[in-house]
Amino acid sequence: MSIKLTEDMLAMLPDTRGHFGDYGGRFVSETLMDSLMTLEKEYLRLKKDPEFQAQFDYDLAHYVGRPSPLYFAERLTKVVGGAQIWLKREDLNHTGAHKINNTIGQALLASFLGKKRVIAETGAGQHGVATATVCARLGLECHVFMGAEDVQRQSLNVFRMKLLGAQVHPVTSGTRTLKDAMNDAMRDWVTNVDDTFYIIGTVAGPHPYPLLVRDFQAVIGRETREQCLKQAGRLPDALVACVGGGSNAIGMFYPFFTDESVELYGVEAGGLGIETGKHAAPLSAGRPGVLHGNRTYLMEDENGQISSTHSVSAGLDYPGVGPEHSWLKDIGRAHYVSVTDDEALDGFRKLTRIEGIMPALETAHAVAYTMKLAAEMDKDKIVVINVSGRGDKDIHTVAQLDGIEL
Amino acid sequence: MSRIEGVMKALKDQGRKALIPYITAGDPAPDQTVGLMHTLVAAGADIIELGVPFSDPMADGPVIQHACERALVHGTSLRQVLGMVKTFRETDDSTPVVLMGYLNPMEAMGFEAFADSAVDSGVDGILTVDLPPEEADQVAPLFTARHLDAIFLLAPTTTDERISAISEHCSGYVYYVSFKGVTGASNINVEEVAAKVKHIHELTALPVAVGFGIRDAETAAAVGWVSDGVIVGSVLVDTIARNQDDPAQLKKALTDLLHPMRQALDGLAS
Repeated sequence: MSIKLTEDMLAMLPDTRGHFGDYGGRFVSETLMDSLMTLEKEYLRLKKDPEFQAQFDYDLAHYVGRPSPLYFAERLTKVVGGAQIWLKREDLNHTGAHKINNTIGQALLASFLGKKRVIAETGAGQHGVATATVCARLGLECHVFMGAEDVQRQSLNVFRMKLLGAQVHPVTSGTRTLKDAMNDAMRDWVTNVDDTFYIIGTVAGPHPYPLLVRDFQAVIGRETREQCLKQAGRLPDALVACVGGGSNAIGMFYPFFTDESVELYGVEAGGLGIETGKHAAPLSAGRPGVLHGNRTYLMEDENGQISSTHSVSAGLDYPGVGPEHSWLKDIGRAHYVSVTDDEALDGFRKLTRIEGIMPALETAHAVAYTMKLAAEMDKDKIVVINVSGRGDKDIHTVAQLDGIEL
Repeated sequence: MSRIEGVMKALKDQGRKALIPYITAGDPAPDQTVGLMHTLVAAGADIIELGVPFSDPMADGPVIQHACERALVHGTSLRQVLGMVKTFRETDDSTPVVLMGYLNPMEAMGFEAFADSAVDSGVDGILTVDLPPEEADQVAPLFTARHLDAIFLLAPTTTDERISAISEHCSGYVYYVSFKGVTGASNINVEEVAAKVKHIHELTALPVAVGFGIRDAETAAAVGWVSDGVIVGSVLVDTIARNQDDPAQLKKALTDLLHPMRQALDGLAS
């Protein structure tokens, strides 16, 4: 089914308990409830506070370097031979990804709430770097939890975080990836809840995180909408973004929810192929359940144990997804698809060689799907890819796959 | 009156405190769990909290995380845990059993099927760590309709307003988490616990059992003095980990740990 969304409907989402339809909510142990309710109350107040918003806008302009460009990828368009392909250049933000939009906002919240200690989880390390960066700037103590496997495959980002003054805690429990990092961050938070602000990196987790992360990331879509109208003279026909937790996708999609003519495509990590079970695509092949404080689509076994995931991209290697995406899937407003590791690597190489833009492996999933999608569309159509991050952090992974030692 | 209410009332009439040990079902192996439950009862347990293993136990420290991993290596599922309770009931129909775990395995089984099976197996209460009452409107009525006690957590951070609201959703007893942290940590402050439990008693008529940080006869007695019962988890689970290869020694070690707590708690009565 597909329903037409209106501004009035969006104003009621999430509801007062943080629900997007059947999804979202606040599934945490009692110790955290008071902090989450305080955070919600304070955020809803600050959201309307001109001083807070002015500070946020100032930081985005002068520290992050916004607006990021919307760029027409003329050569890629020619090679694909279909719709015009445009790139929203979040990779050009300070620290090289969209993640900093959110960490600027949450660190500002932490300051307004008087918290001096910050914790974060990270997968690829982009959110960890973005958190360590804003903590360095504001003089906040920073602890980043990162799966031991990710610490290995993203060693460059680990060193960046350390240079920025953060303490990186490798997590050796469970599958040693992003979900386990989030478990340990939650455990730290429950222990140090009085003085600690938890900066969650994606639109998942207990309410109000999916709401506030979406609000902070929505600048991507707002700019894209404005830029596209100005540069192309009309709205785009399709938006494509990769989905792990889904923050860059929600940030891009949200300001277009009520624009019925704009199709939304979220691209999940198909890993070795959905049919192999070795992937990280809960919206494509999972079912609803409860993890990390929210109800959402999950990868789990028949007994409700969370499955281990696989993706070449550490940032997408997560068994859940933001609850708003689960809702968008069910109401049919967005399409969720997947591409494999190999397709993503092909997307990585193509964008690098054809446009001179090296995308993160996460982003490469969106590139790969766009090449298929645009090829099937008329030449007068416009597709915008959210280039959520740059690929420098991934060159070791790509070199290793090529059998090259750097 | 539920089995839990009955036990709590009888203890109160005798001026005694409840001893509530926790073990993770399926740890160290599924075929040992029922035997260990009987061992706990023989060593003085009034109620048993039986943990349902979960892949992502966010509220637990390393000791119970590892117990979950050991149980899951054997594929211990919620259905199997219910089967263990059913077997336990064949020879013990008086000791209440509370299942403690996370929501997702129950959701995967289906809440109604789970509630039916819990009753059929002889489960008395359900404590879902990541289910605050605000999110329990789907599940709690299924428990209430079947006379299963829904047990909720209270924490040092819980406001008065919430203590009252949560207690209204709760039956059997409320579980007071003694400190901010995960299971197995040791930062319990008995004076703070005493003050908070006294305050909780002013806001609800339910018995208050205290968990987190109780590791020996001394802490059990200190916390028992100010509450209606103590829950002992990580120290037992750690004992299971250290004796997992020797079932006979394991039973003895658990008994040696629990029995002095029983004596210390009963010493409070005289």
